[in-house]
Amino acid sequence: MNILVNGKPRNVNATQLLAVLIELGYDKATIATAVNRRFIPIATRAHTTLSENDRLEIVAPMQGG
Amino acid sequence: MKQFYEVELASRLMLGTARYPSPKILTEAIKASRTEVVTVSLRREAAGNSGSERSGQAFWSLIRELGVRVLPNTAGCHSVKEAVTTAHMAREIFGTPWIKLEVIGEDDTLQPDVFGLVEAARILSDDGFHVFPYTTEDLVVAGKLLDAGCRVLMPWGAPIGSGRGLNNLFGLRALRAHFPDVPLVIDAGMGLPSHAAQAMELGYDAVLLNTAVAQAAQPVEMAVAFATAVEAGRRAYLAGPMSPRDMAEPSTPVVGKAFLA
Repeated sequence: MNILVNGKPRNVNATQLLAVLIELGYDKATIATAVNRRFIPIATRAHTTLSENDRLEIVAPMQGG
Repeated sequence: MKQFYEVELASRLMLGTARYPSPKILTEAIKASRTEVVTVSLRREAAGNSGSERSGQAFWSLIRELGVRVLPNTAGCHSVKEAVTTAHMAREIFGTPWIKLEVIGEDDTLQPDVFGLVEAARILSDDGFHVFPYTTEDLVVAGKLLDAGCRVLMPWGAPIGSGRGLNNLFGLRALRAHFPDVPLVIDAGMGLPSHAAQAMELGYDAVLLNTAVAQAAQPVEMAVAFATAVEAGRRAYLAGPMSPRDMAEPSTPVVGKAFLA
């Protein structure tokens, strides 16, 4: 399935968000996620199914002012 | 001291974490400033398992080790929806209801879109966030932000990163006088410790700055300078400054002066 991860095209095998994150190597990272501009809390990642061309945003802590 | 959403802080200096020459200097500057609150943000994290691609994880480890409280921001957000979604992501990652709410309305000055700000502040306050709105010194907007549920206000001193100090002294003084019981933090635009001291002399409760320390030739020294200035300004405010006069008035008593002319 082709999706956009942080704006870049990626091909993933999994469809469930939690599995996609593991597949992409984010399983141990401190991150937050949004799909198609909607926040997806940690608790609902396992119940969120991605579709072709979905836009997945993955953010992490960063320096800020 | 006024509390920031039930939190009492010993230090009145809040420090940003961006634009430092290195993580080591950032760490030293935070320690030297004795700040208890640092601002942080969120950005896209690269895919893959490589540690070098995961700068966000290393940064977060560094901040956690310092043991300071974090104030996540919504920097770079231009719409209510974007700011609200970012706030939710920040609350989950950083584990705090505190959010420095920025809804930017104009790119040259990074001036807040105060209409979007009030709307986002209401949505987030209703959802349990403790909102620190980055706003202007406008009294009407301040009132609407308080009505929306904000219990702290953060007016700008000058545009973000400009280092110009307090651009509208009259407006900032009026804001302080108008809301004597609301914790007020001057956020952005300060370039020199004297600017921070001036903010504190006006009776502001704290200052928040980043670039002035991070981009100094010696950031750690500048962090100490700002901490000292903030303390001096606060003490001056409490001590009750004299009123300025237009004409001179001799400080040495004239009475008893020898007649020698």
